[in-house]
Amino acid sequence: MKPIKSSLLPLIVCLLSFLFSTTLLATELHRGNGAEPKTLDIHKSSGVPAANIERDLFEGLVIAGADGRLIAGAATTWQVSEDGLRWTFTLRKNSQWSDGSKVTANDFVFAFRRALDPNTGSEYAFILWAIKNAKAISKGNVKSLEALGIKAIDKHTLEITLDHPVPYLPSLLTHSMAYPLPEKVIKTFGKKWVKPNNMVSNGAYTLAEWTPHSHIKLIKNPKFHAAESVKIDTVFYYPTEDSSAELKRFRAGEIDLTDAVPSTEVSWIKKNLAEAYHNPPYIGTYYYAMNLEKAPFANNPDLRKALNLAINREILTDKITKAGEFPTMSWVPEGMNHYKTQRTPDSKLSQKERLEKAKALYKKAGYSKNKPVEIEILYNTSDNHKKIAIAISAMWKQTLGVKTTLRNEEWKVYLNSRTQRQFQVIRASWIGDYDDASTFLDLLRSDIGTMNPSSWKNKTYDSLMKQAETEADADKREKMMQQAEQIMLDDTAIIPIYHYTSKHLVNPKIKGWVDNVMDVHSSRFLSK
Amino acid sequence: MLQIILKRLQIAVPTLLFVITVSFFMIRLAPGGPFDSERPIPKEIAENLERVYHLNEPLITQYGYYLWNILHGDFGPSFKYQDYTVSELILQGFPVSLSLGLLALLLALLIGIVLGSIAALRQNSRVDYLVMTFAMTGIAIPSFVIAPLLALFFGVMLGWLPTGGWGSWQQMVLPVISLSLPQIAIVARMTRASLIDTLNSPYMLTAKAKGLPLRLILLRHALKPTLLPIVSWLGPATAAIITGSVIIEQIFGLPGIGRYFVNGALNRDYTLVMGVVIFYGVLIILMNLLVDLVYAWLDPRIRYEE
Repeated sequence: MKPIKSSLLPLIVCLLSFLFSTTLLATELHRGNGAEPKTLDIHKSSGVPAANIERDLFEGLVIAGADGRLIAGAATTWQVSEDGLRWTFTLRKNSQWSDGSKVTANDFVFAFRRALDPNTGSEYAFILWAIKNAKAISKGNVKSLEALGIKAIDKHTLEITLDHPVPYLPSLLTHSMAYPLPEKVIKTFGKKWVKPNNMVSNGAYTLAEWTPHSHIKLIKNPKFHAAESVKIDTVFYYPTEDSSAELKRFRAGEIDLTDAVPSTEVSWIKKNLAEAYHNPPYIGTYYYAMNLEKAPFANNPDLRKALNLAINREILTDKITKAGEFPTMSWVPEGMNHYKTQRTPDSKLSQKERLEKAKALYKKAGYSKNKPVEIEILYNTSDNHKKIAIAISAMWKQTLGVKTTLRNEEWKVYLNSRTQRQFQVIRASWIGDYDDASTFLDLLRSDIGTMNPSSWKNKTYDSLMKQAETEADADKREKMMQQAEQIMLDDTAIIPIYHYTSKHLVNPKIKGWVDNVMDVHSSRFLSK
Repeated sequence: MLQIILKRLQIAVPTLLFVITVSFFMIRLAPGGPFDSERPIPKEIAENLERVYHLNEPLITQYGYYLWNILHGDFGPSFKYQDYTVSELILQGFPVSLSLGLLALLLALLIGIVLGSIAALRQNSRVDYLVMTFAMTGIAIPSFVIAPLLALFFGVMLGWLPTGGWGSWQQMVLPVISLSLPQIAIVARMTRASLIDTLNSPYMLTAKAKGLPLRLILLRHALKPTLLPIVSWLGPATAAIITGSVIIEQIFGLPGIGRYFVNGALNRDYTLVMGVVIFYGVLIILMNLLVDLVYAWLDPRIRYEE
């Protein structure tokens, strides 16, 4: 026995030290990620939590860099034809799937067709509707998927043909709807292709584990073309719907990045965790919409303006939301690609002047303190929405004498009331889908259906937005959209209240984190 | 005994069918649907989704499909967590809720019965008041207050225990304690009341008159009847505790099934809600059956009546 033991000893020591060193060397990143993603199927998912994980797993033609700005992804270069309709992408030659097979133009063709196939049931299919025949295919009017305007010229050249010019196409292509998929794997596993062990991806990471409501574990993909630049070996995503619990886990050192911070704790965090607190602008706007299909708001811009002016937004952001939100009277948030946000002349007035003007307009609309307008505000159940509604109704009452009642509804009931237009004034918010002002401005087009929050209709606005849609010149397009924004603000189509900020706690040990308006932070750009 | 079981199971089937039918139609009566979101999806896409999930068919047909599927053990895919079937979600989450719940229950019984007995034996003394104050506090303070406080103190300030997650025994300590605290209080109060009752009954006097030592009186004569109310409480309580607590799961980030009740309903995840309702229904029926059997064993009067 003895000789065997002694010969084994060095081996065991070696093995143990190897194991020990590898566990020590493996860098782990623990990310709080908000809600549990509803699916990791890139064509069926929606929401930020799933998008964060899919961004680590897959690489589209164009991607968002560490600072959120567009950089080359699976495509190294791209050209657009003069009419803005034909885009040609040259793919990386060294891109591989995690199973070792090559990423080719056909993988994109397959994925785009699947995304628009009505049988897939993609909620976000409309992101790709600018592609030739995409809308018709998605609606089931064109049956043949081959009719879609996407073609593999050769293994590494992809051509996308559009219905109309979309100068911001690269920005759209960063969406998960535009990632490639390995046809073979999808065909083999069917719906189960998203499960760990089955999923094959082309991004910096692969899916290793998924325990619903516990964690999702990603491990570094050694086949990724830029694998040597990826510093984090393992990424854990935790569902953290309770932001107070998430804060505790951050303070206990169990989480490196939080998805949010509780608004009640912001003052404490600013004082005690200042180094870790990140609070940059985010592409979202919190607003109130009035039902313009019914009295008293239909054809009554004076009343709308009076209500708009009577809101003191600074009080709402300073005393209620408290997380650095930007009080606003504009619709499109600052910092969007190639767009300067419009301001109304009213927004330059002092609070006192605004109130004076509000009173005058209210009177002009035919109301007074003795003959007040009666309004009901609808909001979905949430502490902050409630506080804001109470504050706004108090402001309206104080300045104008408006009689306000509040109605709160649970989320799905609220959504139902909203689409059925069973409200007078409703609280709402909008987070942009991509880095272009149209993601906000399209919402007020009259042809967008119930997505238009207040049923506001304006022919000039519609035609400006339609022109902007087909305008290939970015400067001219910006002018058209600015003009449109000015029109909707002047007519008080909605009442913007504040622009969002994103709120994260980032462990100061993490390097490579860059605050950005899109709030995208791929793990591949971070290190510890 | 066998008769009791068979009789109960006979009632169980129509009960379950009733529960399934009522909940199936109730959840669909609630306004809104599983695919509604802040970003209303285009009509054509909504129709595609409804077709994929058979939601475009008449309600009664959907109900028929559903019954047929559950007869074959298929609870369908979750509407919200689309990569998982309802059975997968329940099977993955239940072991977590089960171990958490059983440990909490065990702890509650151990501490609760001991505390309650001490209080009963020293009725109206300082010890009694102390125990009862503790019990009242335990019942009065909700777990969404206790759990974060425990996490803050033992996790953040002292750094002894993790404040969330699931997998190691350390991660179980705080959730088990938070879950058991109100139960300890309930058990202690019930034990106290029941033991006082028992101690005042004539056969206790007889035992005392015979000169038996207190320890024997308690163990041989008082324990069984004292436990009766706790046993009847235990049936539904076990079912409730081992199917998870949405609050504890949320606060400690546990992958149990408690949240599926609440979130499933809020998300209009029809299949998931139905799945957990049926699961919970079956558990309650089984637990109550078990309680009846234990009851019969504990209390000879019930046996004779049968």
